[in-house]
Amino acid sequence: MTRRTMVGVDVGGTFTDVFVLDEATGAARVAKVPTTRPDQSRGFLDGIGAQVDDLGSVASVVHGTTAGTNALLERKGARIGIITTAGFRDVLEMRRRDRPRTWGLRGDFEPVVPRDLRLEVPERVLADGTLHTAVDLDAVRAAGKALLEQGCAAVAVLFVNAYANPENERAALAALRDFWPTPHVTCSSDILPEIREFERFSTTALNAYLQPEVSGYLSRLEAALRDGGFGGEFLIVQSNGGVMAVDSACRLPVRTALSGPAAGVIAAAHIAEGAGFADIITGDMGGTSFDVSLIAGGQPALAAQTSIDFGMVVRTPMIEITTIGAGGGSIAWVDKGGLLNIGPESAGSDPGPVAYGRGNTRPTVTDANIVLGRIDPDRPIGGGKLDVAAARAAIDAHVGQPLGLSTEDAAEAIIRVANARMAGAIRLVSIERGHDPARFAFMPFGGGGALHAGAMLAEVGLARAIVPRYPGVTSAMGCVIADMRQDFVQTVNAMTDSADTQALGALVQDHVDRGMRMLDAAGVAFAGRAVELALDMAYLGQTHTVAVPLPVTLRDGRVTPPERAQIATAFDAAYTATYGRLLPGGVTRILNLRTAVIGQRPKFDLAGLAPQGAGSTAPRTSRPVHVGAWVEAAIYDRLALPVGAVIPGPAVLEQPDTTILIEPGMTGTVDMHGNLILTKAEAR
Amino acid sequence: MTIDPITLAVLAGRMEQIADEMDATLFRSAFNPIIAEAHDASHGLYHADTGETLVQGKSGLPIFVGVMAFAVKAVIDKAAADGDLAEGDIYIFNDAHIGGTHLSDMRLVRPYFHEGRVFCHLASVGHWHDMGGAVPGNYNPQATEVFQEAFVLPPVKLMRGGVLQQDVVDIILRNTRLPASAQGDLNGQLNALDLGVKRLDALLAEYGAETVRAALDALSDRAEALIKAEVAALPDGRWQAEDFLDNDGISDSPLPIRVALQIKGDRLSLDFTGTADATAGPVNISRGTAEAAVYVAIKHIFSGLPANAGVMRPLSITIPDRSLLSAEFPAPTGGYTETILRMIDVIFAGFAQAAPERVVANAYGTINALSLAGHRADGRRWVMFSFYGGGHGGSAESDGLNHGNAPISTATIPPVEILEAAYPVRFTQWALRPDSAGAGTHRGGLGAVYEIELLEEHGQAFLFGERGCFAPKGAAGGGDAALNRFDYENDGARHVPPMVSKMVGIGLKRGERVRLETPGGGGYGPPAARDPARVARDVALGYVTAEAADRDYGTGWREVRA
Repeated sequence: MTRRTMVGVDVGGTFTDVFVLDEATGAARVAKVPTTRPDQSRGFLDGIGAQVDDLGSVASVVHGTTAGTNALLERKGARIGIITTAGFRDVLEMRRRDRPRTWGLRGDFEPVVPRDLRLEVPERVLADGTLHTAVDLDAVRAAGKALLEQGCAAVAVLFVNAYANPENERAALAALRDFWPTPHVTCSSDILPEIREFERFSTTALNAYLQPEVSGYLSRLEAALRDGGFGGEFLIVQSNGGVMAVDSACRLPVRTALSGPAAGVIAAAHIAEGAGFADIITGDMGGTSFDVSLIAGGQPALAAQTSIDFGMVVRTPMIEITTIGAGGGSIAWVDKGGLLNIGPESAGSDPGPVAYGRGNTRPTVTDANIVLGRIDPDRPIGGGKLDVAAARAAIDAHVGQPLGLSTEDAAEAIIRVANARMAGAIRLVSIERGHDPARFAFMPFGGGGALHAGAMLAEVGLARAIVPRYPGVTSAMGCVIADMRQDFVQTVNAMTDSADTQALGALVQDHVDRGMRMLDAAGVAFAGRAVELALDMAYLGQTHTVAVPLPVTLRDGRVTPPERAQIATAFDAAYTATYGRLLPGGVTRILNLRTAVIGQRPKFDLAGLAPQGAGSTAPRTSRPVHVGAWVEAAIYDRLALPVGAVIPGPAVLEQPDTTILIEPGMTGTVDMHGNLILTKAEAR
Repeated sequence: MTIDPITLAVLAGRMEQIADEMDATLFRSAFNPIIAEAHDASHGLYHADTGETLVQGKSGLPIFVGVMAFAVKAVIDKAAADGDLAEGDIYIFNDAHIGGTHLSDMRLVRPYFHEGRVFCHLASVGHWHDMGGAVPGNYNPQATEVFQEAFVLPPVKLMRGGVLQQDVVDIILRNTRLPASAQGDLNGQLNALDLGVKRLDALLAEYGAETVRAALDALSDRAEALIKAEVAALPDGRWQAEDFLDNDGISDSPLPIRVALQIKGDRLSLDFTGTADATAGPVNISRGTAEAAVYVAIKHIFSGLPANAGVMRPLSITIPDRSLLSAEFPAPTGGYTETILRMIDVIFAGFAQAAPERVVANAYGTINALSLAGHRADGRRWVMFSFYGGGHGGSAESDGLNHGNAPISTATIPPVEILEAAYPVRFTQWALRPDSAGAGTHRGGLGAVYEIELLEEHGQAFLFGERGCFAPKGAAGGGDAALNRFDYENDGARHVPPMVSKMVGIGLKRGERVRLETPGGGGYGPPAARDPARVARDVALGYVTAEAADRDYGTGWREVRA
């Protein structure tokens, strides 16, 4: 039987979204079902079942998961132990000597591994890789047995300078594997062979902390799929926006920390490219936060590390997502100095905005949108009816009266300050990174962003906004689109003018060989393969590096080593672009070498999502909407609009998963794929 | 003009973002780890005529929030006296008696012009790795004049009308042991100022100069209103507190720092009468630094306040003349960090009596500037300079943070692996220090133990620390933390410096070690009220030894399971 269906599944906190693509016809279907707890696999299978009759016809299921993120945030990982270099058991707890907040000196920190499960053994490697003290394997075995007796489900070996020489870690690992009852035995040089012990230990320990939980969850899912007749490939989205095979995910669960959001960004890049825009900024507005990412030239920006929470650092390449605490549920308040603030406190989705009538009495951004008529109180997302009077009263009491503003002006003020904060986040990822916002389009996704899209154009000077046809299922769609990708890193720590380029070439070769083997083993059809190479470089004495991309030449699978002059020129270009001033005569060094091996998956034609037929360009109704003053705005059914429809503002476009505001002076146009392109009227 | 509250809220965010972005630019491009890793730098916008702080970045060093106003004022006075200010000029200086803090901090001030007039000033300050003087890294506890600390540069023009004065750069680079690092940091600071100008140009073009000026005025007024509201909510009264510095590095006698705190309605006064006179050794600070330290303490206690000069308006600060807190040129100021940390401790101790829930117990209270230096086999000089961490104080809500950074700073510590890769040393211990925290209902956070072995044939160690004789204090009935402790190995024996935590030029041979044990934080609330299960857990995890637990908390914990 031919398997020709691809399924993307994104499990979120409230809904499980499914995106089904028939590769032969290009037809796509979507489903949204409630997420089931605690066992997410039932909702997962229900969602697929809503659109697929026969699991046997499915070629691949690709999953964007929050299982890892949630386990980290809720501190619900496994009981684990670590075995570390004598003198260094407290590295995880000492962090980099930071504090949770600049001002106030309050707050403490509990590492995921308590001190009595962090055991030391004699061993030491020096910074240049010299073996100072060979590891005492009897001590390792004794420590491992003690941790087992303490009920540890996983163990991680964390030795100082193991990035420079992994010999001691490897020996300890082998000794532990002899008797450890589960596969959850790891060492830091396997997970992240990169200098900086806290970041490497933290990443490795958090990985071990997630292993039992995440591998259990994924194995249950896979078993359930197989039981249902599924015979294809089961793949997981990583934080870097690429997918990996499920067995890799079980081994490296820490790489799924931003799995769901990363898939959304990948989908956004594809949709934008199809619409003719390679440069976009995405904005996902949820209940408590606004997440922004930048895509330049079709490539999402990657960050080297992130803190999941204070002191919980994960260092692995990931889609750079900048989050600010301004979502629909963010609370508006006036401080003692008379200034209007939005957030960081949020009513979230429960109890939610005042208008939901679930007990919150302080006004939120969504309440302001309701009061201004931008959200229909009789047809909100998720159903029910909203209490407009309660929202008005809350805005009056908490914002209008303290500032001497009418209810409408107070609501406008809330929106303006929220927009300013969201615009600040967009400036942070664009202007502050040297990108001219006029080149970029803004793509809102999630439920709330499309109400604020026009304001982002005005505030930041973005050229246009693109609202995808199904903004509520972008992450599930991204699962189907994402390439397979493996990232590798190795600390080199060499001067550029004396670097052994043959050795660099050999490192790249090793990464490429391992990456290609993983692609081969995945059993997935690729449209092509690519290798990306970058060096982390700096002037001697600097501690922060710049990423210096280099081309990779592969001939019959053999890597041509880079040349020193080529590296030096590439450094100057990257440094100038980042900082402006070069240091004349400065000596440069190469800290790390990074390789990404990518299996490109065939991209589906977005035309399959486009509206079919003549549709309807007639407004469904009209109602008063406040945009500076009350105006009568036309209300449209967004999904009924045909390709080529042009809607002048003021207008509101409604669909089950979002509401779009077209402000006066702006125009919305439905493009060939069903996206709505929002521009200033004169700029069309 | 008056400004509507909404535009004000929007502009407040925009201007803070400009300062933040200047910070980020320097952190990323600086050459020395004290800026790049420890974030010992700051940027902001300052008033055109008074130099008052208008907006300061969130990520810069807290102490600079207050002190940069004095630096900018010095440049304003200098420009007025010379009468030759032109668009495109940038001033540079490190003179601590004019600009506050110490000579390691290089300040760049750029008057920002709009339509031919100074609209405001942009400033950048960063801690350079080495500025000459007797000791690499410039922490010289034996200095009796600034000249033994570092090269002193008064405010001079680094740029004239946009043209770099290479003469000035040449003078600076000839007076440091690490010219490449200095040149790199200078470039970074110039980049940050360029960026500030670009962003301000865009902001003024968008909103108009009048609106932005009105917003800046309104933000200061608002800060004043905020702190008045906070102070008015506290009980009226007068409270006193005192604490001591170990010594000045020259003579071994304790130096009192005293404060009388008075609250009356919405006014707050702090009187430091009774504080020690100016000293021969380098723990003096200038009056500007002292006022900035008050600001840092106030900002920690009322943590929601914005970072501008309006906060200081309802405060009256009395600093006695010729005291430790008002030293004059050429008194040495290299160890200013220790003195301002102690000022913050006594202000906290004063508030602990007035409003105990508003403060935390004392943090570890010393910067512990420890340098190891020497020459490699090939003759190249190396200097490993870092500040070390300690515990934070307990609070009404929780135990203190283990191994935090100093209240005057947001500095992170470089990783061991970065230090070992760059310098010929091996850390033999990098650990939490048991029994270093003050006992309490919520105990303090733990300090740390750092032990470092020299891998080259010869080297030297330098330490500038405090809290070796007077421990960080508990609050609301909590106990004091452990003392700072330092020793070094010579020919098989261990030695303690005569000035306890201060010493220069400790000779070390290959394989010999120095060991630094830092204080934890003070405890909060009576130890007897601590949950015995928490005490049992502390013992099980080795934060507190069984003997110390029996002594501080009684033996009740032995009856419960951790």
